[in-house]
Amino acid sequence: MLAMDYRGPKRVRAVQKPMPEIKHPQDAIVRVLRTCICGSDLHLYNGNVPDTRVGTTFGHEFVGEVVEIGSEVTKLKTGDRVLVPFNIACGECHFCRQGMYGNCHESNTEATAVGAIFGYSHTAGGYDGGQAEYARVPYANVGPTIIPEGMDLDDAVLLTDVVPTGYQAAEMAGIQTGDTVVVFGAGPVGIMAARCAWLFGAGRVIIIDKEEYRLDFARNYSYCEAYNFEEIGDPVVFIKKITDWIGADCVIDAVGAEAAGNAMQTITGRKLLLQAGSATAVHWAINSVKKGGVVSIVGVYGPTDNLIPIGNVLNKGLTIRANQASVKRLLPRLIQHVQNGTLNPKGLITHRIPLAEVADGYRMFSAKLDNCIKPVLIP
Amino acid sequence: MENNVINTPIDPKQIPGWGVDADPKNDPTYPMRYPRMNVGQDPDSKHRPASLQHDDTEKLRSIERPNVSAVYGTTVPPSGLSGMIRRVAFRYSENRYRHWLPLVFADRVNVVEGILDDFAHGKVPNIYAEKGYPVEWKHNRTSLIIKLATVAAVAAGTVVLLSSGGSENKKEKRRPQRPY
Repeated sequence: MLAMDYRGPKRVRAVQKPMPEIKHPQDAIVRVLRTCICGSDLHLYNGNVPDTRVGTTFGHEFVGEVVEIGSEVTKLKTGDRVLVPFNIACGECHFCRQGMYGNCHESNTEATAVGAIFGYSHTAGGYDGGQAEYARVPYANVGPTIIPEGMDLDDAVLLTDVVPTGYQAAEMAGIQTGDTVVVFGAGPVGIMAARCAWLFGAGRVIIIDKEEYRLDFARNYSYCEAYNFEEIGDPVVFIKKITDWIGADCVIDAVGAEAAGNAMQTITGRKLLLQAGSATAVHWAINSVKKGGVVSIVGVYGPTDNLIPIGNVLNKGLTIRANQASVKRLLPRLIQHVQNGTLNPKGLITHRIPLAEVADGYRMFSAKLDNCIKPVLIP
Repeated sequence: MENNVINTPIDPKQIPGWGVDADPKNDPTYPMRYPRMNVGQDPDSKHRPASLQHDDTEKLRSIERPNVSAVYGTTVPPSGLSGMIRRVAFRYSENRYRHWLPLVFADRVNVVEGILDDFAHGKVPNIYAEKGYPVEWKHNRTSLIIKLATVAAVAAGTVVLLSSGGSENKKEKRRPQRPY
């Protein structure tokens, strides 16, 4: 089968690999119909996630058709079209039973600080991902969800990560009716977080980035204000100024380790890897939220340390919430939002690229070429 | 503040779905949204799926857990020099730099192993294509030319520096030793 193949930082290719096999009675094999490149794949692509081995297939956002099931799979049958949440969850452990499907304890042997994620390094379990013609899907009774009749595959594939992550970012921000919400990062997740902030009753939503085309996109898609941090001076002072010198009620970090905007963070976090990525966005979030406010983090960082003003968290009495999205927990509500037209995930997709051209897809998304917001790979 | 012009004010109530998920009790929110269950409250806190995955793939295990997870990934088991480094890294907990830094180092070693493996299989890696430069050439040609020219200049400079240093050394070697 054709599959994406990681060769080293900023080097990937499409090659023929062996077909995946059933390894556990609750496994299923899925023929992939759509798969995305996620912003967090770029952390792997750039070589920033420890234990990312040459030969791994990335891809944690995919939908497909079930072609084989293990002996204990009871909730799926061959021929079913399923969307596959990006996190692999057993549904039975201490954490899954609390709805924390992004923190399953029975799917990742290599690390306890992160649950298992398809195609996301051995630190996240060592599974091959969905940027391939076929993928092995463990715990097929738990994660995979049958795509409702009539739902577009392009909508479905974005329900595997982007929509739940953006929605949970807004949920974790604890938005109260009328709140001012600032989102750092106008990538797909940031745009979705800004859109979802309205669902929780936000009174004002502001998104900050440096790519003009993404800011324009966010203004239209998320109905929000959008500002370029390269034009507003110090973004923290700017946010204070436009919030009557109080600060935002809630701030969402939807950037993570690849953040630009602060030379010291960029050099130590992205170039020298002395930190677990550049922490510029979370730094700005802590300093621009009001006293007693909430910082919600869905931007992904590595497993080591980051330079952030933790003293300000204490002195301002902040609440910080963060997690990988619990996709399975959120799916029923999000499917409703898509079906009744409240959310339009596929509106984020700007590029459709054949899997064979995966290297071009990564470069295009990584370098933000051709006004790329969200690329989908077609096997 | 110039781009306030294009940030036209909007009445939130006109936005599709505004407030449909508003919940005054959602503060604090998830994961505290559901009553948090401590281990003592959980009658079966060590519960595992009944079936455990068994195969012969070498699996490195975090020493912060007592066992291999019930299900695990089997792609790219540790091998070669990078595999040896990874095995050493897994002697230490996730709490230690001596776990993570060797893993990052092993990743870099693994890149060289990957190139050698390509050659060993008679394949010359097409690094220009693997880096996606064709699409950068199409959409961002100037930047790509500058990038490649910089790399070429640095490489040429390094070669010149090393070769001139080498000839100096040779001259030094050829110079007759003064007898003492």
